[in-house]
Amino acid sequence: MNDPLIDYTLHLADNTLILAQRNSEWCAHGPVLEQDIAITNISLDILGQARNFYQYAAILLGDDATEDTLAFLRDNREFKNCLLVEQENGDWGKTILRQFIFSNYQYLLYEKLQHSKDEQLAAVAAKALKEVTYHLQWSSEWVIRLGDGTDESHQRMMNAIEELWPYVDELFINADYENELLADNIAVDVPSLKNKWIEKITSIFDEATLQIPQNVFAKTGGKQGVHTEKLGYILAEMQFMQRAYPNSVW
Amino acid sequence: MQLQDFEKLFQQKIDTEIKVEPKDWMPDAYRKTLVRQISQHAHSEIVGMLPEGNWISRAPSLKRKAILIAKVQDEAGHGLYLYSACETLGTSREETINDLNSGKAKYSSIFNYPTLTWADMGAIGWLVDGAAILNQVMLCRTSYGPYARAMVRICKEESFHQRQGFDILLTLCKGTDAQKAMCQDAINRWWWPSLMMFGPKDSESTNTDQSMKWKIKRKTNDELRQQFVDMCAEQVKILNMTLPDEHLKWNAQTQHYDFGEIDWSEFWNVVKGNGPCNKERLEARRKAHEDGAWVREAAAAYAEKKTSKQQSQAA
Repeated sequence: MNDPLIDYTLHLADNTLILAQRNSEWCAHGPVLEQDIAITNISLDILGQARNFYQYAAILLGDDATEDTLAFLRDNREFKNCLLVEQENGDWGKTILRQFIFSNYQYLLYEKLQHSKDEQLAAVAAKALKEVTYHLQWSSEWVIRLGDGTDESHQRMMNAIEELWPYVDELFINADYENELLADNIAVDVPSLKNKWIEKITSIFDEATLQIPQNVFAKTGGKQGVHTEKLGYILAEMQFMQRAYPNSVW
Repeated sequence: MQLQDFEKLFQQKIDTEIKVEPKDWMPDAYRKTLVRQISQHAHSEIVGMLPEGNWISRAPSLKRKAILIAKVQDEAGHGLYLYSACETLGTSREETINDLNSGKAKYSSIFNYPTLTWADMGAIGWLVDGAAILNQVMLCRTSYGPYARAMVRICKEESFHQRQGFDILLTLCKGTDAQKAMCQDAINRWWWPSLMMFGPKDSESTNTDQSMKWKIKRKTNDELRQQFVDMCAEQVKILNMTLPDEHLKWNAQTQHYDFGEIDWSEFWNVVKGNGPCNKERLEARRKAHEDGAWVREAAAAYAEKKTSKQQSQAA
């Protein structure tokens, strides 16, 4: 059964869960204590968003679905997150850049989604928008600081841009389930967000003395469940307990 | 005034329960003892993030994952308060952290034990945080003001940590046979190291007497340890589990539980660096610090550029 609303909700949930999982790898390993707390806090915020989306998807699915069956008992090909969020953390610069790319996108997305005809999705987006506003501000400041910091930090940011830019375009291509929900004003038309997204990137990059790369070949597929090899390892680790001890209450 | 007079006045202040504040005169040894104790405490919070952080990626449900992340984040926050308390005594955070990374400073040995199963998250919350709380509740009344005030905040969060740990175990002990076995196994592994957290016996403790006189400590190691045993011996019944001590027995005469002897050779071995994870924990801290060096440098360079830009604009 392919219900576009369920697929869309899962897409929103998977994006946030996988990024939360990645960011939480920094916990106890950050470059300075305050920033360890900050990235962990962002992880916690977007994990909270993921839970809200999964809980809604579970209601839509009915039967025995719960937030946990959806997070822990689906396999690789069923996950609908963008490829960007499953990329490895790399150094602090790459993590910061990934967060900036994503928070900038998410801010524009939720700004529209809070007016969705679907009341549940609208409510989750409205609540999350405050958090995302902070994530965007925090990551913007770090992009500037690292881009315009030392020669080394500048070089590291250029490397991060080169590594992550192939995953940018996917954010702005509608999947089938998004297209199907456009007419009813449920999903956000993501291509329409791109201009504003670029504007923000340009202004922050200008201040950071960084450039947007041109003619980058886009890698896509995550939203349809065709991922990079990295996702399998994320799931293997994340789902270990539920797979090893099925049918248990935790 | 002579030095002895200062010392006499200082002790009078302590005896009348007036808090010592950063700018007050204090004996060098008092300052040194505090810096040692507070920094050890701070390091314990920071190193303590590692064994629990080890299970964030594998937490068995989204709710447990969120709680665990929040908990480890609290510990980072506690580390921050305590490093700040150290700074009020004239020791910078950088110095304090360098002492940890160089291996000069100590932290609680309990964090040199590995977290092998999910149940360890429960056992750490219940036993390790439980033991820490007894110590910290006492420290809320410690004679040094900034330390006492940091402890009040920390204690509030720690009691939530202990409850969440107990709740993990309570859920396991109501679960499948495999979950019950996992729960008992974790209690078996964490019980004795938790008892060791209170430090050497009073008769062997070199710092206790002076610390009690200065009211940095208000209870001895053995008093706190007994309080902990009495508490856990009752709580374990709620879990339908047992504590791994054949000598554990209620003593009607003393109105306390008798308990077996700690393996002190293990205790001293872990203190000396031979515990299961001493090397890994310190390596992880060093690596985070070294990998973060370029980030801290960049932040400092950027801040400097910004200041000089503002100055030239103002000029």
